[in-house]
Amino acid sequence: MKRTTRRRLVAVTAALALPLAISACTGTSKGGNSDNPDADVTILFWHGWSADSEVAAIQQTIDAFEKDNPNIHVKAVGNITDDKINQALRAGGSSAPDVVSSFTTNNVGQFCSSGAFVDLNPFMAKSGIDPSTTFTGPQLEYTQYQGNQCTLPLLGDAYGLYYNKDMFAAAGISEPPKTLSEFEADAVKLTKTSGDTYSQLGFMPNYHGYESTTEHYAAQWSPTYFDADGKSTAATDPGLKAMFDWQKGMVDKLGGFDKLEKYRSTFGDEFGAKNPFMTGQVAMAIDGEWRGGMIDADAPDLNYGVAPFPVPDDQADQYGKGYITGTIVGIASTSEKQNAAWRFVQYLTTNTKAVVDFANAIHNVPSTIDALASPDVSQDPNFKAFLDIAANPNSNTTPASPNGGAYLVTLQDLGYDYESGKQPDLQAGLQEAASQIDTDIDQSK
Amino acid sequence: MTTTTTAAAPRRTDPRPVTARTRRRREALRNLAFLSPWLLGTGLFFIYPLVSTLYFSFTHYDGFSPPTFVGLDNWKFVFRDYPFFWPALRNTLWFVLVMVTLRIVFGLAVGVLVVRLKRGAGLFRTIFYAPFLAPPVAGTLAFVFLLNPGTGPVNTILGKLGLPEPGWFNDPAWSKPALTLLALWGVGDLMVIFMAALLDVPKEQYEAAELDGAGAVRRFRHVTLPHLRPVVVFSVITGVIATMQYYTQPIVAGEVASGHIQGSGQQFEPGYPERSTLTLPQLVYNLGFQRFDIGAACVIAMVLFVLSMTFAAILMRRGSGFLEVD
Repeated sequence: MKRTTRRRLVAVTAALALPLAISACTGTSKGGNSDNPDADVTILFWHGWSADSEVAAIQQTIDAFEKDNPNIHVKAVGNITDDKINQALRAGGSSAPDVVSSFTTNNVGQFCSSGAFVDLNPFMAKSGIDPSTTFTGPQLEYTQYQGNQCTLPLLGDAYGLYYNKDMFAAAGISEPPKTLSEFEADAVKLTKTSGDTYSQLGFMPNYHGYESTTEHYAAQWSPTYFDADGKSTAATDPGLKAMFDWQKGMVDKLGGFDKLEKYRSTFGDEFGAKNPFMTGQVAMAIDGEWRGGMIDADAPDLNYGVAPFPVPDDQADQYGKGYITGTIVGIASTSEKQNAAWRFVQYLTTNTKAVVDFANAIHNVPSTIDALASPDVSQDPNFKAFLDIAANPNSNTTPASPNGGAYLVTLQDLGYDYESGKQPDLQAGLQEAASQIDTDIDQSK
Repeated sequence: MTTTTTAAAPRRTDPRPVTARTRRRREALRNLAFLSPWLLGTGLFFIYPLVSTLYFSFTHYDGFSPPTFVGLDNWKFVFRDYPFFWPALRNTLWFVLVMVTLRIVFGLAVGVLVVRLKRGAGLFRTIFYAPFLAPPVAGTLAFVFLLNPGTGPVNTILGKLGLPEPGWFNDPAWSKPALTLLALWGVGDLMVIFMAALLDVPKEQYEAAELDGAGAVRRFRHVTLPHLRPVVVFSVITGVIATMQYYTQPIVAGEVASGHIQGSGQQFEPGYPERSTLTLPQLVYNLGFQRFDIGAACVIAMVLFVLSMTFAAILMRRGSGFLEVD
């Protein structure tokens, strides 16, 4: 064999071997559930809470668990973001967490379908827990993917209507609106223009108006998002189409997209003291239960109320429902202490006292049916409204998908184009969105 | 009488004579030994990532399961089905053409002005250089605040002067110019490079040109610019590469101006407003670290690599590399 030929062969072999070497580096270590949960063991728990009061609250829950389970020690690491979670779960290794919680439900489909988190169904069965009688429907939906219950809800969030009672009284409105036509009339009545802007806006309908996103609005129509085969129903679901049309109608009635956008640019930070509802720039807002705590801290004199967000006129009998989401918790498949980890997860998610105490401490909605009905949960009237929304059987959520909620971005993107007039044909936009969602999901498999 | 004894030359005991081939081999090994630090660095930090990126671009890989070969599927997805790719490519090319050009022109102009200053040169050098040291996120936040169409001081002043008040970061027509303004504000790095080059231009050549009757423009055109050519080529190439990696400023500006600060793990809003600030590195992040579609993210990375190499090759060829032209 000629020298040059031999060299070429070596080079080609090396080039072919390199990808194999690369792929050999990509595996993750596998854990197991053969551990003895009665043995003395330390498990690593990653969570996202970072504020002092929140960290203290989760630590109290951990202390209570350790008191009940003296052989299991929990080492908690806070302020963990989803990016870190994703990297750690992929890397595996001895320093990877056993139990992980995340503030977003977006990645649940990915966590379940990829096997990053273990399916908790066998653990629940072993412990005699019936998920359908323990958790509410929406909470079960956003914590599983195609039957794989790889996470469980660890407190929840509910969305409702915040309204300024003083502004309502000044406009002669006696109670919060229940239907969308009442809502529209009230929003117009509460709006005061000043030159080419507003001195007070009834409601900011634009999708960039903080929590006024497509999925939060759409919950009032209970859309399906996907059919039984996992295909997008964006083009065929009547609720989604109605939601887009309703929002566009609100934009037009309250002054048009450009005028509202200019007013929106005067808003302060959503999570700061200059939130437009707290400063009185808007009279009504769609928001989660956490806003109450922020108002108490930064605008204690604000005279406000909370009610369920209005429903479409033809669904008036479903008044009381809203969008539900929350924090999730799961067990990493790389954990070698899954039985001990399950005892901790079981305590966090199903022990009524633990759930109620933690919910009260951080002003979140409890995540079990029993805890929602518990008399020990905060009975503040404004907070109670969110408990009722969370417990409402018609409340709903957005289902998990295998690509981290990319379908919500696609729908939101259509919303931006439709509200601004860039996409005038809604049906065409919905068909494009459905096709895009299906393509994205196919790509992720 | 002196007798000299000529000692017989010792016979070589090495049975293998040093042939030309052996010499070449030894020379090659020695050269390789000298080159080994560079070879190791290039292999580990350039060749290996490049080959693995190319390899992953033909696989389906989510970081959990081992990669599986999918042929051209990722390439088809990115070029045909991923709706953010073409807007991001257009924006990136816009930034390369407009932002890089303006930064060079502005950096050169500031450099010329500061070099010519008789008094206060140090002060102005500091004033123009300081913004370059500002952290990109802080600088971007400041600009979003200053250019806020509703409450920002810039539009307040423009309004009082009776001038149009652009939407800046909230208007798709103005978001890229606003980012360009931000880039011009931080032009201190180029100013310093151009100042150093300008001070190196022989004064005699200016004097000779002046004696020949050349005015300021012609002196700049025929004396200054030829001397600056290697620095300009260097600035353009590094500028193009940096613009290909343009990530922090557009994503921060877009998110802050939109009012939607995305939480960790949440999908990002693509290039607010109306995808006008979307750049290719944002897509690498979205696909690779949010969707964990690492194969498709690697396709975008390869596109960036090819574009950067193409620009660099053209500029090196057209601009005679980094050599000064006589």
